[in-house]
Amino acid sequence: MSTKFTPLDFEKSIYQIEDKIDELKTLSSETGIDLQDQIQTLTKQAEEYKEQLYSNLAPAQKVQIARHSKRPTFLDYISMMSTDWVELHGDRAGTDDRAIIGGIAQIQDRPVMIIGTQKGKTTKENIEYNFGMPHPEGYRKALRLFYHADKFNLPIITMIDTPGAYPGIKAEQTGQGTAIAVNLREMAKINVPIIAVVTGEGCSGGALGLAVANKVYMLEHAYYTVISPEGCASILWRSAEQASIAAEALRITASDLLKLNIIDGIIKEPLGGAHYDPEFTAKSLADTVIKTIDELSQKSGNELKKLRHEKFRKLGIFLE
Amino acid sequence: MSLRDWFANRKKKQFNTALIESKISGDDLCKLWVKCFNCNANFPRKDLEKNLAVCPKCDYHFRIGAYERIEQLLDEGSFQEINSGMFPSDPLDFVDTAPYKERQKGAKEKTGLNEAVVTGIGSIDGWEVAVAIMDFAYMGGSMGSVVGEKVTRLIELGIERKVPIIAMTSSGGARMQESSLSLMQMAKTSCAVARANEEGILYITVLTEPTFGGVTASFGTLGDIIIAEQGARIGFAGRRVIEQTIRQKLPADFQTAEYLLKYGQVDLVSHRKDLKDTLEKIIRVHTKNTSKMKQTKAKESVG
Repeated sequence: MSTKFTPLDFEKSIYQIEDKIDELKTLSSETGIDLQDQIQTLTKQAEEYKEQLYSNLAPAQKVQIARHSKRPTFLDYISMMSTDWVELHGDRAGTDDRAIIGGIAQIQDRPVMIIGTQKGKTTKENIEYNFGMPHPEGYRKALRLFYHADKFNLPIITMIDTPGAYPGIKAEQTGQGTAIAVNLREMAKINVPIIAVVTGEGCSGGALGLAVANKVYMLEHAYYTVISPEGCASILWRSAEQASIAAEALRITASDLLKLNIIDGIIKEPLGGAHYDPEFTAKSLADTVIKTIDELSQKSGNELKKLRHEKFRKLGIFLE
Repeated sequence: MSLRDWFANRKKKQFNTALIESKISGDDLCKLWVKCFNCNANFPRKDLEKNLAVCPKCDYHFRIGAYERIEQLLDEGSFQEINSGMFPSDPLDFVDTAPYKERQKGAKEKTGLNEAVVTGIGSIDGWEVAVAIMDFAYMGGSMGSVVGEKVTRLIELGIERKVPIIAMTSSGGARMQESSLSLMQMAKTSCAVARANEEGILYITVLTEPTFGGVTASFGTLGDIIIAEQGARIGFAGRRVIEQTIRQKLPADFQTAEYLLKYGQVDLVSHRKDLKDTLEKIIRVHTKNTSKMKQTKAKESVG
């Protein structure tokens, strides 16, 4: 790994091996002793170990990657994968919620509307974006932009990375539940293709409020769930410390959700997670989204609505 | 645990016990006297029953079950249940401190219900309606696949029969034991409401004590008209979660029906005794000028 971060607990051994390799390299160049063979063997072993590690992560480890403070944010992806970006602010009712950002742009020459939750990388940014936790006004801004896209035949891409809709006094007063519910209902009525990508955290109704889409994708290490593992653990196990067990039980990983037909595909991340190679991630994200847009754009508005409806209509497992 | 938390828990425990003890139907029918949780008044159980399970002294609305609601709201003998034989499965083999399967069994034994919602066709003062009524006693009225499917089918039936659809909610939110499948029920039910909208079918929701989380954030608050029952607590996030997040004490009336009315979140707050009349009026006025819904009352069309 060329880029270095503070290692997550399960990454420490990799970092140690890589430090060793670096030491050998330094030693070799300082002393002129040829250590090429040893370096190569060790590098190869490290790569194999990493492949193994990152393809067998426990759900709670994926959660750590999904929440990584250096994970690319919505605006990072916008700058890497789009051109002609123009941000469109505000709900036209008094607020511009910064936790949800939207605008028009082109991706690989296709005009689109892109809306996503935004997190920060620094404390200052996180305060501005409220840690990616939208208020009702954010969902209403998104709704306004859905209607705009519908009017001008712009395919909609939503990108989701949120610990959930904000739980606060004002959020309840201005109708957090209603704002999300209305988005679910209105997204069902939109005549243009809607593609949702869970890029990091996809927690609860706060995530779903942007995800009633024709196709739903997840990045490889993202997670999507009805409640955060901590929230679930504190209610069902009566202790937030059981979060890793809850993460397992809730089936929140991309591969679990693909099996349950809740998502339509998984977008590959670079080894170690999106933050190790943001450009690679942005490219594979853009490729998937554009391929899907090209397929869906062949269909009429009514067909798109019907497909979206059928997609969610069949979800649920019960006995009768 | 801080002193404040201790008091909060103590209060909560008393509340729950009071509710269980004073529940009208259930195991303890033999109990002839009830104590109101709110004003502590004691009165014969039959007075409470006569008064629609509202405290005769202080108007406190006791939580009631789905079939009691049906009895109170629909014309006698008019209710025909649909999908009563739908059961929850355990698609994720979910085990927390107890297996989900055991929780289902326990809930069924406790309530006699197969799931947390009862759906069907009935009439209100002669008007045919499609109704979905949730029951908090079954696993906290939580919404999993069965609740989502039954509500969706009920909405579809209302559309097909061209009659007003009424959903009465009472739920702690999405059912965690079915995880993302529960989350998807929010989308499924909301898509069904979208269809009712497009077909011009009146959809009324009645939010009762308590309505939270995934039900508030889906079909619960999507009514063309939203009624909240007097005193009901309604919200997206739970009180405790909000308190922990903002580290502030919340006002006593926070998230009550009356509080939501003040902030413009519901159309009206209704006393339980006025609910049937209010629904009848709303249906009558909305049916008059539209060809999209049945114009005649059920009784009249039969006669």
